[in-house]
Amino acid sequence: MSSAGNHGSLLKPAKLNTAIAIEITDLNKWYGDFHVLRDINLKVLGGERIVICGPSGSGKSTMIRCINRLEEHQAGRILVDGLELTADLKKIDEVRREVGMVFQHFNLFPHLTVLDNCTLALIWVRKMPKAPAEEVALHYLERVKIPEQANKYPGQLSGGQQQRVAIARALCMNPKIMLFDEPTSALDPEMVKEVLDTMVALAHDGMTMLVVTHEMGFARQVANRIVFMDEGQIVEANAPEEFFARPKHERTKLFLSQILR
Amino acid sequence: MTMAKGDLVVTELAFVRQANIAPRPPPAAMTGALGWLRENLLSTPFNIALTILIALLFAWAIPELVKFLLIDAVWSGSDRDACLESVQHREIGACWPFVWERLPYFVYGSYPISERWRVDGFFVMLAIGIVWLLWLSAPRRDLAAVYFFMVLPVASFILLTGWAAIGLQPVDTVLWGGVLVTIVVASVGIVVSLPLGILLALGRRSHMPVVRSLSVIFIEFVRGVPLVTVLFMAGVMLPLFMPEQLSPDKLVRALVGIALFASAYMAEVVRAGLQAIPKGQYEGAMAVGLRYWLMMRLIVLPQALKVTIPNIVNTYIGLFKDTTLVFIVGIFDLLRTIEVARIDPKWATPVTSTTGYAVAAIFYLVFCYGMSRYARAMEARLAKGDRR
Repeated sequence: MSSAGNHGSLLKPAKLNTAIAIEITDLNKWYGDFHVLRDINLKVLGGERIVICGPSGSGKSTMIRCINRLEEHQAGRILVDGLELTADLKKIDEVRREVGMVFQHFNLFPHLTVLDNCTLALIWVRKMPKAPAEEVALHYLERVKIPEQANKYPGQLSGGQQQRVAIARALCMNPKIMLFDEPTSALDPEMVKEVLDTMVALAHDGMTMLVVTHEMGFARQVANRIVFMDEGQIVEANAPEEFFARPKHERTKLFLSQILR
Repeated sequence: MTMAKGDLVVTELAFVRQANIAPRPPPAAMTGALGWLRENLLSTPFNIALTILIALLFAWAIPELVKFLLIDAVWSGSDRDACLESVQHREIGACWPFVWERLPYFVYGSYPISERWRVDGFFVMLAIGIVWLLWLSAPRRDLAAVYFFMVLPVASFILLTGWAAIGLQPVDTVLWGGVLVTIVVASVGIVVSLPLGILLALGRRSHMPVVRSLSVIFIEFVRGVPLVTVLFMAGVMLPLFMPEQLSPDKLVRALVGIALFASAYMAEVVRAGLQAIPKGQYEGAMAVGLRYWLMMRLIVLPQALKVTIPNIVNTYIGLFKDTTLVFIVGIFDLLRTIEVARIDPKWATPVTSTTGYAVAAIFYLVFCYGMSRYARAMEARLAKGDRR
């Protein structure tokens, strides 16, 4: 079993509601013979911000991609907002409407303008008429501070701007949970801050967030809990002060010594 | 000795710019017509040699062509005597009166003369449909699609084959011929092959084993057989196995054969495009909640088809020219009508065949080059979307 038990006591006294947003129980996943996720147990409360870190290949991206079923799992249960993820397409659709995702490589649609990227799902999935959909999109583009780029194509924007559009696109669906899969790893160094600032603002608004990242400054500032993964397992989970000041597991100590200089 | 030199380099390494350098225009040799010539035609010795070679080729071919088609051409006459060197005592080029006299046959085949207005009507309706659909800033293009894909096929079918109830005398398809047949076969092939090819390509990439294997079997089987064989099977073999009244019309069989054949090729073209779409696009689409068909229609296919436009048009051009193969099952397309007319004793001269083939070449060239140009314009327009 993982060492991620007894969550409640480790949380910051942040404004959490007691409702469980995500509950992962004994999650296991294999790629062929490769056991990529091993007995993952994790409970995320509404409003909680969790940063997941670990060496490359440790399964952290795979884990959060299981939460909106971009990856299938072979054993264990994943409950998202009370809905269990199975092969049932209806459930998957419902979960995907609750969960927004931001990718390392943005995955914006290059043939659509920024505005159309944001309104697409509102119009086709939520069946919203065009005009109110554009209103919603502009509202969120303003929130990520790029309303003036609405009619440009993604290829005309900088990486940081593209990632902020991707965040706005996910927010348009009014998700309860946001997943971030290494959102700043593909960015030039001078653009990391604008994306992190957007995410910090989101955290202040009480969004439930799961963030895979190596930005330890961000983790310290925003996270309620840091989850360290290695070899497909959760090795250590703790509040950031404890995690950085007194890491318990040898592998955590080694990892921190390598990334914090 | 290197010591002093090294020191010098080191001191030069520390540098602070005192004045900003304003941008200056490029040297004259880079711009204007002269610059273009240097850049494109005379940049390297090999390029210079190629330029000279091609100039020589043009100098040899173009005057010959102009001489045959225009200068030495015969413009009027009523039979072969007008185009015979032995009668006219001058060098004879293209025999245009032959083309002029047989032009109705080239266009309509043996379609009854009194009913040929119906073919003209079909051409006009088709032209309206094509322009409406392809002219990107035309009004109400949604209606154009309805018109082109639903109204036009039904109306054309009634108009061309006839419907006694509304006073249109039925015309058997064996009488159809010439440009009419070429256009009908090509448009049916072009219109059917893209959607069918897309479905087959999606089927081939499907996760459902039955759908996938059916698509693979169809594509590989049809691609593995020459078009001539497909047409021969459809035209000659099929009637042997079916009672005569059940066996569909000969032209219909050829149409189905060509459309299916083109679809298999189109499927592979589209599949290449699908493979060029990064996995992230699928994931992005799924993450915002799009289901399979919406994801394909809104995200994947628009991008996949865009990168394959050159290949799609390439397939279309090949298909357009392949329609000439329907002659093998006794259908009179344009090339076949020219073949028949050129051996007519009334016009038999040494230049008749060449003239006839020149007409065919010009016809196919105009249509294929038109398709090619339209595709180029389309690519240029779409490329604006994703400037990087």
